[in-house]
Amino acid sequence: MKKKFSIKKLFLYAALMVAALSFIYPFIWMIGASLAPQHEVGKMTLWPDHPGFGNFKLMIEKIPIGRSLINSLLVAVFTTSLVMITGSTVGYALARMHFKGRQFIFYVIVFTMSLPFQITLIPNYITMVNLHLVDTFFALVIPFAVSAFAILMFRQAFQGLPQALIDAARLDGCTETGIIFRILWPNIKPTLVTVAILSFIGSWNEVLWPLIVIRNEQLMTMPQLVTLFATGGRADSQLGVKLAAAVLLALPVMIAFLFFQKHFIQSMASTGLKD
Amino acid sequence: MQKKLLKNYNCCDMDLSIEIPYKKTKHSQKKKLLPYLLVSPYLIFVTVFVVFPVLFCFFLTFNKWNIISPMKFIGTDNYSRLFHDRLFWKAIINTLKFLLLHIPLQLVISLFLAYLLNQKIRTASFFRASFFMPVIVSGVVVTILWQQLLGYDSGLINRVFMRMGVTKVGWLVDPEVAIYSIAVMATWKNLGLYVILFLVGLQTVPTQYYEAAKMEGASRWQQFYHITLPMINPTIFMVVILSTIGGFSLFIEPYIMTGGGPLNTTLSAVLYIYKQAFQYYNMGYSATLGFFYALMIMTVVVLQKKFIEKEV
Repeated sequence: MKKKFSIKKLFLYAALMVAALSFIYPFIWMIGASLAPQHEVGKMTLWPDHPGFGNFKLMIEKIPIGRSLINSLLVAVFTTSLVMITGSTVGYALARMHFKGRQFIFYVIVFTMSLPFQITLIPNYITMVNLHLVDTFFALVIPFAVSAFAILMFRQAFQGLPQALIDAARLDGCTETGIIFRILWPNIKPTLVTVAILSFIGSWNEVLWPLIVIRNEQLMTMPQLVTLFATGGRADSQLGVKLAAAVLLALPVMIAFLFFQKHFIQSMASTGLKD
Repeated sequence: MQKKLLKNYNCCDMDLSIEIPYKKTKHSQKKKLLPYLLVSPYLIFVTVFVVFPVLFCFFLTFNKWNIISPMKFIGTDNYSRLFHDRLFWKAIINTLKFLLLHIPLQLVISLFLAYLLNQKIRTASFFRASFFMPVIVSGVVVTILWQQLLGYDSGLINRVFMRMGVTKVGWLVDPEVAIYSIAVMATWKNLGLYVILFLVGLQTVPTQYYEAAKMEGASRWQQFYHITLPMINPTIFMVVILSTIGGFSLFIEPYIMTGGGPLNTTLSAVLYIYKQAFQYYNMGYSATLGFFYALMIMTVVVLQKKFIEKEV
């Protein structure tokens, strides 16, 4: 009995270990290969014999990768801030105020969430052209400044708070926006973290939309620049340089993930649990 | 949290049903408008970026337009072109082939891993984190990485194959194989998320059920089939819907890896819509494809919902 038990455990851990390795190994290999000199890249060994930053230097010479890193950061920070502000005000009104059309707006939000983006892709590009926003930061931020998902998350969080909290603030003469951002926000920290992580990651990883509205290399986001670099032939056959670009693109998110692992996983899981 | 709140605002913990109206202003009109002011960001957004585009998209489907020269009304020509466009249907079939491997693979492996993780494992958080790594990393990274793994001559997988004496496989260059390679890669990328969703689902199954089943002498497999599966049905449903929607928007993987080749076998529908708009500048036709494709996705999702709800 005892023996059977341990064999089962052994199988369990072995299976999980194999799975975990198949996820981790490629990433470590990628980091190793990006540090390898050209003739060593194709090797299967995890770590190069003569590691160096040659590939990174070459990449920096070829494309404005540093600039794109700053662009991506700016876009992600602005998008996330706007999503949180608009999400809170709309979510608050839907959760805590009585007005005509409230239910209707709620249904519209739920419906638009299930609308595939393929239908709005081309018209939205044309809107950007007509508003003369192509090749500006606005084109990357404005279409993502309001998120139906964030609104629903905030609505749910605000619904769960006691009315007494709001009433007390109103008695003290607090304005409604003051109530949202100074009284209620400190009480819904998990929701704030979730919305922030999701919209930051979403913005950071978005690539189709930037490919459409940004042509100026100086304004490109990092995933876009790396994509064009990897497909455009400028990396030529230099695998190492391509991998160096991929590493640089992955590193910020990976480091953030290592520190805030639990928050990341919980946040991402909540996208699916919504319903 | 509730406790903390009540401690801070104990004085107001009287009658929760009475709501104190928001701050009195000189104009009562302003008070009435406040909620609309608060929801206005959404109203503006939904008008500009959802309602208008949908209507405009519908309008575009009846026009020929390359953005530069003026629009030309061409009736339903775009639709008849769509129905005779072999490449578009090929792209749809490619996407369906992708889904046909992606969804079952996703379901089985993520459920299996979640089931293992649910066995009171030590270091579960390490495994969870490692499964989750590809989920948060950009698809661009994953695609560049897998391009190196799947390369014909220098790819890691083929090198291992060679060493084991197996013939090389044209993972990305063989027209019969390429789309399935991409499906496996996409599964690898998203698996971690679905493992977590299943783990949450599995943890909601009351342990008494298993204990009762054990007393009745049910085997592990029987327990899994008769208790676990029915109990986590909502999660299965969710995973199917999410990976269907995700699969239908397949774009960056073929864009970087194959550009749609070989022989257009990895051309996904979104990649084709993108090419029609931004390589050939057929805005009207591309909008028609997008419109039709979106309707198709919604139909598939609704059918899935109906079908799965019936099964429950």
